[in-house]
Amino acid sequence: MNGILHNYLPLVVFIGIASVIGLALLIAPFLVAYQQPDPEKLSAYECGFNAFDDARMKFDVRFYLVAILFIIFDLEVAFLFPWAVAFGKLGATGFWSMIVFLGVLTIGFAYEWKKGALEWD
Amino acid sequence: MAEFWTSTLWPLIIMVAQSLLVLVVLLIAIAYILLADRKIWAAVQIRRGPNVVGPFGLLQSFADLLKFVLKEPVVPSSSNKGVFLLAPLVSCVLALAAWAVIPMDLGWVISDINVGVLYIFAISSLSVYGIIMAGWSSNSKYPFLSALRAAAQMVSYEVSIGFVIITVLLCVGSLNLTAIVAAQDSKWGILGWYWIPLFPMFVIFYVSALAETNRPPFDLVEAESELVAGFMTEYGSTPYLLFMLGEYVAIVTMCALATILFLGGWLSPIPFAPFTWVPGIIWFAIKVMFMFFLIAMAKAIVPRYRYDQLMRLGWKVFLPLSLAYVIIVAAVLQFGGLAPK
Repeated sequence: MNGILHNYLPLVVFIGIASVIGLALLIAPFLVAYQQPDPEKLSAYECGFNAFDDARMKFDVRFYLVAILFIIFDLEVAFLFPWAVAFGKLGATGFWSMIVFLGVLTIGFAYEWKKGALEWD
Repeated sequence: MAEFWTSTLWPLIIMVAQSLLVLVVLLIAIAYILLADRKIWAAVQIRRGPNVVGPFGLLQSFADLLKFVLKEPVVPSSSNKGVFLLAPLVSCVLALAAWAVIPMDLGWVISDINVGVLYIFAISSLSVYGIIMAGWSSNSKYPFLSALRAAAQMVSYEVSIGFVIITVLLCVGSLNLTAIVAAQDSKWGILGWYWIPLFPMFVIFYVSALAETNRPPFDLVEAESELVAGFMTEYGSTPYLLFMLGEYVAIVTMCALATILFLGGWLSPIPFAPFTWVPGIIWFAIKVMFMFFLIAMAKAIVPRYRYDQLMRLGWKVFLPLSLAYVIIVAAVLQFGGLAPK
């Protein structure tokens, strides 16, 4: 078998077998367990009350903000991965260009901090 | 036909057998790690912990499995049933999938891909989907709020885990997990592993791993005084079991990752004769157990964080600290002439 198949086919087989084990566990109680559903048992849990309204309600905008900040910094990490692997071969140019890139991001981070985007109260 | 047998079918059988072996050993190990967790927790509180099923309660986890399978599976009438049942499967399978690239000894790995670290990073990022799917599809208020919290918490700490991994990669110059362990092999033994030069990163990785896997003291996702059981509120029977399984597998994955990145994987801590005869898998298991013991102790002795404290720790302490350490490590390697060629 050639290179990429040799490396990644075991991965696919492994995930496949893991899925089969998971699926078997998931299905098992539907086959063997005693089932007697009734409307009270199947209603959503809300401390014993009937649900007031739909659970998919409006939520705080700060969760969006965290998601957006995460995208910025996770992309930064994604850029750093190849740089870190090739670090020894890049020499001084590679080092200083990444320092500049990180410097720009640090300025952005300081701005976010000053603006209070990281506050949570 | 003979050619087809030797070139295709036989390697495939080997692959299936290897995968089954790793998964079965892993799941049995998880059963005992679960028991160890409960026992450690009990010991700290001067209780006995589970001790009825089998000698010293050693069969407790298997009894639990049987009980889960025999429980009635409840699918709420207002939920999105497909997504509701898919969510536990997703979180369990994704947690297990990471183990395909983790080397347990030299060459003892299902698939020795050259982007192993990246693969684990990607898989652990995806694990947030299982929780989001569970929280949204339950169509119930507690799971929904919990899923939002979980998503924000997990992505916050993922950034600092990313930076921590970068510092190790700078020292190694490879994304292959076997190469990362090999780079720590020196005549200094335990003193040559990365936990000494990268000690602050080791601490950040440990704490972020707690937050990433929703372990106490960062278990705000399932804080029972606020959110009942978090995103698992509507689950019972084996769907619940799959979430628990996924959670513990993820914790052990984090322990294994810490072992590989900072504690020299399967290497012997004392690099001469009687100790190097011990098989690498034993050292690997001991180190993973040690990491898990630290995590279990954190659950037993540290009170739960508040959510704003959690976000402040992630964004205002760990992120700048790990970013600064990336620059420090790069500068030391660059100007000290230590960078791997």
